[in-house]
Amino acid sequence: MPDPALPDGVERREFGVETRLATRGSPVYGEPTAGEWRAWDPERSKLGGMLELEFDTGLSGGETVLYLGAAAGTTVGHVADFAGPTYAVEFAPRPTRDLLDVAESRDRLFPLLKDARKPETYAHVVENDVDAIVQDVATRGQAAVATRNARFLADDGRLLLAVKARSEDVTAEPDDVFADVLAELEGTYEVLEAERLDRFHEDHLGIVATPR
Amino acid sequence: MTTDESDAGWFASVPPDDPDAARDAIERGSAESPANWPRLAVETGFADDADDYYDRLHEASLHATREAVAERERADDQQLIHAVRAMDDCERVANELAERATEWAGSRFDDVDPGIAGARDLAEREPSGDLDGRVVSLSARAAALADERDALAATIDRIAPAVAPNLADMAGPELAARLIALAGGLEPLAKKPSGTVQVLGAEDALFAHLSGRAPSPKHGIIYTHEFVRGTRPEDRGSAARALAGKLALAARADHYSGEYREVLHEDLRERMATIRARADADGDADDGSEGDDA
Repeated sequence: MPDPALPDGVERREFGVETRLATRGSPVYGEPTAGEWRAWDPERSKLGGMLELEFDTGLSGGETVLYLGAAAGTTVGHVADFAGPTYAVEFAPRPTRDLLDVAESRDRLFPLLKDARKPETYAHVVENDVDAIVQDVATRGQAAVATRNARFLADDGRLLLAVKARSEDVTAEPDDVFADVLAELEGTYEVLEAERLDRFHEDHLGIVATPR
Repeated sequence: MTTDESDAGWFASVPPDDPDAARDAIERGSAESPANWPRLAVETGFADDADDYYDRLHEASLHATREAVAERERADDQQLIHAVRAMDDCERVANELAERATEWAGSRFDDVDPGIAGARDLAEREPSGDLDGRVVSLSARAAALADERDALAATIDRIAPAVAPNLADMAGPELAARLIALAGGLEPLAKKPSGTVQVLGAEDALFAHLSGRAPSPKHGIIYTHEFVRGTRPEDRGSAARALAGKLALAARADHYSGEYREVLHEDLRERMATIRARADADGDADDGSEGDDA
């Protein structure tokens, strides 16, 4: 049952008694499956949480995606299931080892062991005019990462950003941190939507933005 | 869309079906801006069409990343210790040389700024005569050493998370490397009680205390951590104790399991929030969180 708010390739499917978000692909972390569909857990994935909370992500399926902060590949695996060519940037070696397993079975998922704060170290691999940048990096300077990576995004592309307040400053009020991040994004991006993800991720802000 | 060598795509000088050349290009290459690589790859004959290009990129990126991960994970604590000590040496010597060069240059050139920035500037100048030549050359060496220091710092940033994921995340790569260096390795650090971790790097003050001449030190090298330095002075002892406790646990998790443990980091954040809340509870007009009266 396709849902107009969801990209093609992402559906709400029955898993036992529950209806959950799902994509088609090989399982990654022992998530429940129903036939060829595997459940997408919004509590383990910021982007899953954004879709569950009905953000207007602009994703329709099949697009080219740059994913920053791919970690072990939990979310980027789902993205590669419904999107087109997907570049997955992750900085830490240990989770990248798991990401390789996810990429192994997805022939349009390209894993890169690179630092998202230094886009010039992967601009010779990642193509220009990608349709979406998904960012989930847990470091200080999350707005700066988004700004520096704007060079990859098409003019009508979307930045889908999950800001973790505690990565910026553990002691500040999350609302203050979010205000600072939004203000810093303003120079490069027009913010279309910003909502807390608290139902699934405490002290996180989900942001949809497009280049100015 | 430039085809300048430094701004070319990863495939520019990679022969087809040479995985190691592709790996090298992906790992070490760079470009200021991205381009339409799939199209360029087809135009230059690297791939037959976009699908073929993506197949090749998939294979090359898997290979490059698998090798890079293996190499990163082979780096061990002893390599990290060498790197952090070499970084400190470079920094110290670069500063000394830059001081010397700029002081000397002050007697021969106009407008000489002190320090590394001044040395960089001098290194660009056109010398006239033997003595000027020596000053400019000395400045160039100071600048090159400062570059080496930055390169070593970048290397530490890369390998510390592989050697000690929890410690590197909690302390930052540089402080993690310093703690490991002070303890003599990750295993010795993992075996130290948190009270020792707390005063690592403050040995002089500790021995002064033990011989009855001074109060006990509140913190050693961990003072450089934001949680300690950014806490107001009267709470810094508590902050240092809490941080050292979690750092000791992080070192143990890294040495004995090597897995990242989110709960450690959550615990520390909560504890820090509690300690810093004291400053607010005391009703300071300035919220005191920066400890700027120190």
